[in-house]
Amino acid sequence: MSEHHHGHGHDHHDHDNHFTDMEARVKALETVLTEKGLIDPAAIDAIVETYETKVGPRNGARVVAKAWGDPQFAEWLKRDATAAIASLGFTGRQGEHMRAVFNTPDTHNLIVCTLCSCYPWAVLGLPPVWYKAPPYRSRAVIDPRGVLAEFGLELSAEKKIRVWDSTAELRYLVVPERPEGTEGFSEEQLAELVTRDSMIGTGLALSPEAAR
Amino acid sequence: MSKRETVSQLSEGEKGRESASAFSRSPLFASQELPKSAEGDPVFAEPWQATVFAMTVRLYEQGVFSWSEWAAALSAELFKPGRRADASDYYDCWVAALSRLVTELSIASARELDALTRSWQRAAEATSHGKPIVIENDPLR
Repeated sequence: MSEHHHGHGHDHHDHDNHFTDMEARVKALETVLTEKGLIDPAAIDAIVETYETKVGPRNGARVVAKAWGDPQFAEWLKRDATAAIASLGFTGRQGEHMRAVFNTPDTHNLIVCTLCSCYPWAVLGLPPVWYKAPPYRSRAVIDPRGVLAEFGLELSAEKKIRVWDSTAELRYLVVPERPEGTEGFSEEQLAELVTRDSMIGTGLALSPEAAR
Repeated sequence: MSKRETVSQLSEGEKGRESASAFSRSPLFASQELPKSAEGDPVFAEPWQATVFAMTVRLYEQGVFSWSEWAAALSAELFKPGRRADASDYYDCWVAALSRLVTELSIASARELDALTRSWQRAAEATSHGKPIVIENDPLR
């Protein structure tokens, strides 16, 4: 269960999960239309996935880019991600309690859990469909190296992998390592290299060549 | 109801992928006031907005309603008094328009939709962290 460690005066934290009126209504429509055989939820997911980068502000890329270019900001992000992220004007229902975990040459970070409503989409954008699948969560905890390999991310055996399980009150953002060959890049150019997957930990930031 | 060609041509296995590409040229793109990116793609502020958009595209593709039926339903909601000045309730209108069509076409009654909406809300509240939210979790269901 999640820790209810402090009362920040938020409304919805008596329960782990909450649907807004609109979220619930869309689920209701989906239920009816599925029951009548008019839509197939898998097909809907497939359509939505083609637009995954168009959902939510994906502000995390700018947070990461700023941390790469500004050591003071990176330090702040490490200490108090919630405040550091809010300083860029990014706040939201899903983004308020954040912790940034930094990849290093020795350690790779991976976030699990989007099953409930705790995924910080305001920061990361839409979660990929596979990420919401129950098997992913359990397997990522048991065998993160194997799961990452399936996503095409082969990490050396020496590299430690830390798995972070979001709680209802604390969500994570992975700060990937800054790619080589990006000296002198502007924050905008850097942000282009920060993929959604790299902020979940199932990928790395793009190299400048790959981003072209 | 006539199935539209784009759908009937597809083999079962191709449906997901093909509908995704059909999506990119859906006539629904011409929906009034649809928020779009600089590249002309629809943009969504929250995931549910993408879901309801995708469902509408799918229903239209399958001939559940016509373009003019959709345009009329959406327009009726967009021009209701009391809209937010910044148009941030655009997709609220979209949901209302789709709900209206679903009831007008007798797919479900308004009462049924309202009951299901509340059911999903109770289900979410009753679901503990880390578990998928499914409607069966509604304690009153």
